[in-house]
Amino acid sequence: MARRSPEPLLWLLFSAGGMAAALLVPVLLFLFGIAFPLGWLSAPDHTHLLSVLRHPATKVILFGLCLLCLFHWAHRFRYTLYDGLRLKNLSLVISLFCYGGAVAGSVAAGVVLFRI
Amino acid sequence: MPENDRITLRVARYRPEQEMEPTWQSYEVPLRKEWTVLDGLNHVKDHLDGTLSYRWSCRMGICGSCGMTVNGEPQLTCSAFLTDFAPGPVRVEPLANFPVVRDLVVEIDDFMNKLTEVKPWIIRAEDKPLDEGEFPQTPEEMDAYKQYSMCINCMLCYAACPVYALDPDFVGPAAIALAQRYNLDSRDEGSADRRDVLSSAAGVWACTLVGECTTACPKGVDPAGAIQRYKLTAATRSLKDLLWPWGQR
Ligand code: SF4
Ligand code: FES
Repeated sequence: MARRSPEPLLWLLFSAGGMAAALLVPVLLFLFGIAFPLGWLSAPDHTHLLSVLRHPATKVILFGLCLLCLFHWAHRFRYTLYDGLRLKNLSLVISLFCYGGAVAGSVAAGVVLFRI
Repeated sequence: MPENDRITLRVARYRPEQEMEPTWQSYEVPLRKEWTVLDGLNHVKDHLDGTLSYRWSCRMGICGSCGMTVNGEPQLTCSAFLTDFAPGPVRVEPLANFPVVRDLVVEIDDFMNKLTEVKPWIIRAEDKPLDEGEFPQTPEEMDAYKQYSMCINCMLCYAACPVYALDPDFVGPAAIALAQRYNLDSRDEGSADRRDVLSSAAGVWACTLVGECTTACPKGVDPAGAIQRYKLTAATRSLKDLLWPWGQR
């Protein structure tokens, strides 16, 4: 095989993140941002919500969503800095900042989620 | 439309032997319902100023040689009607992102070289002797690549692409779409030969899916779609190589 560039894998994460965000985030925003506060739907009580959150499947899904969204952001922001601000000569720093940020954010999300 | 209606063409001129920078020159041409920007330029060349240089041939959107920037947009001048720009003036400039040779003529070597790099022809592991007959193809097999085969190499997509503007090494929309035209052809066996160029950093990975190429394309080729599709192919392939390193031939 020629070279092992990480680009294809980063792009897969980016695409998966875009897809996950487009499918799940609007639902969550609608439920928790609009429907529950406005009383369109009766909000689940705290203990119920907590037990849903403590279910391993919920944790895995939410963790996956956070991770993918963060990698989606990282990839897009990296190219915004590269092309939008013409900073391609700083590519190493930018990549470290973007993907490092995504890793740090995912770890933080993991810690929060799995401690609940 | 009155017989004597006229419209002004504001044309970018560049004659390297007499000026360092491009300049503008205006010409008044008849505004006729059936006249395109190219007809206007031909009127200038025939009746007003024989020194104006530009490329054209078929006048029917087939040869791909008359691409220019019309009012800021890359267009085939033989398909852009003057009446759509009335009352004018109509700004006519050379295609963006290419070096200008003279007036509206650009240097196309970069595109030509990229085109050959992606090997846009049918590659077979072994050539079948002529007397074994043709390669039959079902309508579905033909549909798989037909859209990409409509490309006329007009380079409007390169002129529209902001990534190509920033990074001239980018293989670019039409070349990748044409590579896919052969990759997706059931008679072709050359996708491995095209892989290195297509999946390099200057290949599909340079594209950030701005989509201007698809908007600019006069032939409905959808190069942006071709690139996205190849990204998926290349990414799946790398994932396989990563998880299954011993599975390669
Ligand atoms: S893909 Fe479309 S715009 Fe690009 S060269 Fe081919 S026909 Fe022209
Ligand atoms: S002159 Fe041939 S495409 Fe316009």
